[in-house]
Amino acid sequence: MNSRDRILQAAAENQPAQRDLPVIDFERLIRYDEPAVVFEQVLTKIGGQLIRVKSLEEVKRRFAGEDQEKFCIDAIDCTEEDRLKMKAWKATDLALLHTLYIRGSFGVAENSAVWVDELAMVNRLLPFICEHLFVVLEEKEIVPTMHHAYQKTDVSRTGFGSFIAGPSKTADIEQSLVIGAHGPRSLTIYLIENDSI
Amino acid sequence: MKVQDHAQAAAQFIKDEERTDWHDETLWFVRKKRDLAAHGIPEWEQLREWASQIKDHTLSNLSHYLESFEQKAIANGIRVHWAADGEEHNRIVHQIIADHDLKRIVKSKSMLTEECHLNEYLIQKGISVVDTDLGERIVQLRKEAPSHIVLPAIHLKKQDVSDTFHDFLDTEKGNNDPQYLTEAARQHLRDYFIASELAITGVNFAIAETGGFVVCTNEGNADMGAHKADVHIACMGIEKIIPKAEHLGVFLRLLARSATGQPVTTYSSHFHRPREGQEMHLVIVDNGRTRQLGRADFRNSLKCIRCAACFNTCPVYRRSGGHSYHTAVAGPIGSILNPNLDMKANADLPFASTLCGSCSNVCPVKIDIHEQLYKWRQVIVQAGYAPVSKKLGMEGMAAVLSSPALYHFSGKMGRTTLKYAPFLVNNGFNPWYKQRDMPAPPAESFGEWYQKNRS
Repeated sequence: MNSRDRILQAAAENQPAQRDLPVIDFERLIRYDEPAVVFEQVLTKIGGQLIRVKSLEEVKRRFAGEDQEKFCIDAIDCTEEDRLKMKAWKATDLALLHTLYIRGSFGVAENSAVWVDELAMVNRLLPFICEHLFVVLEEKEIVPTMHHAYQKTDVSRTGFGSFIAGPSKTADIEQSLVIGAHGPRSLTIYLIENDSI
Repeated sequence: MKVQDHAQAAAQFIKDEERTDWHDETLWFVRKKRDLAAHGIPEWEQLREWASQIKDHTLSNLSHYLESFEQKAIANGIRVHWAADGEEHNRIVHQIIADHDLKRIVKSKSMLTEECHLNEYLIQKGISVVDTDLGERIVQLRKEAPSHIVLPAIHLKKQDVSDTFHDFLDTEKGNNDPQYLTEAARQHLRDYFIASELAITGVNFAIAETGGFVVCTNEGNADMGAHKADVHIACMGIEKIIPKAEHLGVFLRLLARSATGQPVTTYSSHFHRPREGQEMHLVIVDNGRTRQLGRADFRNSLKCIRCAACFNTCPVYRRSGGHSYHTAVAGPIGSILNPNLDMKANADLPFASTLCGSCSNVCPVKIDIHEQLYKWRQVIVQAGYAPVSKKLGMEGMAAVLSSPALYHFSGKMGRTTLKYAPFLVNNGFNPWYKQRDMPAPPAESFGEWYQKNRS
C-alpha cells in the first residue's frame, strides 16, 4: 500500500464517531449601522488610508496625476492587449513598480479587508510587488463580516484571490510595528460613494 | 538532539533577569492585544464554539474530506503528494527540486517544515533555502531555531538583530532602529524573491469543497515567492482540512485576533490553480497525526490553527522562552503535540506547566490543553518516562499526604523552618527558591486555627 492509501485508511480507522457541522446563525453576528465608517476606522488603525471619491472618472484623473516618471500601472481600465502584456511581465520587469491601481470586488467592515481576485489583478505579482497600492471599491460593496464576505463570491472562481487588509507589515523586531515588509509600503482605498452617479 | 530538558534550559534562560522580564511583559502585551480584539466581537464565544464544532466534524470525517480535497485539487491542476512521515515529506520536496535542477529557493513560514527539519535535510543534499519571514530570516542567519510559531525571533532584542544584520547584511554597527533594520531585510530578501525559481509555503487552511488552500501572512512574503517562482510547493498536515470555503469566515475571524490582536492578517491568499506556466505541488503529511486521531484523550490537539495564543498567555512559556521546549512547536500546544511524536524525548514537556488553564481559556478552537497536559503526565509516568526528580518528589509527597500524622508534623516543621531558620530553604538547593523569595510563614495552620475557633 502506498502512503496515500495508508494515511486514508488510518484516518478512516481512527476518526471518531460522526459529529455534526454547526449552522452559522447570522442573527448572532455583530451589526454595524454604517459599515463604510467602520471600514475606514479599522483601515486607519492598520496603517491604510481611505479617500472618498465621486466616480471612477475621478480615480482616472488621480491616476493621470501620479508621478509618471515612476513606473505606474492602471489595471482597472485596460484593453485586452494591455492585459496580455501585463500578464507576461516577470518579476524582473516589475521590480521597480511604484504605483498600482486595481479594482477590489468588495470590502469587509470588521477588518477592512478587500477581496481582489486574479481577474482584477491581471498578474498575480502586481499587488504584492508594487511599492504603493491603490484599490478602488464601491461603498455599496462593503459587507459587515467575513461570513457575509464568503457569501459574496465563489473563491475558486479564479485561480487565485486574496483578502488584502492594509499595507504589508511586520513586528518581528522587538514587537515594533514597521509598515512595508515585503509587499506595498502603503495602501489607499478609493471609496466610490453610494450617492454618486 | 536534545541536550537539556525544559527545566534545565529554562534555568539558563532566566539567569538574565532583565531579559526574562522583558520577554514576559512583551508576550503579555500581545495577550492583552488579543483580549482587546476578542472583546470587540460580541459573538466571540459563539465563534469559538463554531470553530470547535467545525473542527470536531472535520476530524470525524477526515478520510472523506481528505479524499474529496485531493480529487478537487487534482482537477484544479495541483499535483498532490502524500507523506507518511517527515522523512518522506523531505524526500518528496527534494525530489521535486532535483527533477527541475533548481538552486534558488525561498520559503515562507511553515511550522510543518520545521517539524520535519526540511532545511537541515536539504542542506545535507547541498541545497540551501532562504527563509523569507523576517523573524525566521533573523534566526536562520544566527543558526538558531524559531522560539515562537508566530513571532519566531521574540527571544531576541533589537541590538541582537542589529549585530546579526551588521555581520550578514552589512548594516551600520549599533543602528538598532527596527525601521532601518526591517528596510535592510526588505532589500536583502527582495533580491532573493526576484531571483527565486522555487517557492515553498505552508498552508493555513485547505478547503475540501473547492480543492484550494489559504496562506496567511502580514509581510506578503508567501505571495512574493509563490507568484514569482516557476514551481510552488505547499506543505500541509492532514489536519489543515476544512469542509467549505464559508467556514473560513469563522476561522479567519479568530486566527489573527487570537494571534496578534489584528482584525485579520494583511494577506489571506486563496490558491486554487497554478498560474499559467507554473507548477503547483501540494504535500499532505501525516507524521503521527492519524495516531493522535486515534487517541480519544488527545485528538482534540489536532484542531489547532497555530495562532499561539496559548504561548502568549502561558506563565511558564513567558518566563522560560521557546527554546526551552526543544521542539518546532513550543508552548502549551507543543507540549501536548510533541509527546505523540516522541514520548521519551518529550516526556518533560507536559510537566512544563502550572495547569492554570489559561491556555484552554484563550484557545480559539477550544482545545482542552491543560486537561491534556495533565493526562499526558499519567501516560508518561505509566510508560516509565517520568523525569527522575518528579518521581522522587511525587513518591515523597504521596507518603506525606497518605498519613495524617506525618502531614501535620511536616506542616509544622515547614512553618518552624521558615520562621526560625529561613536560610535552610532560602538557598540554591531548594528549586522553589530560584528567582523567588520564600513567603513569610503563617503563625498557625488552617487546621490549628479551626481547632481554636470552631466553637
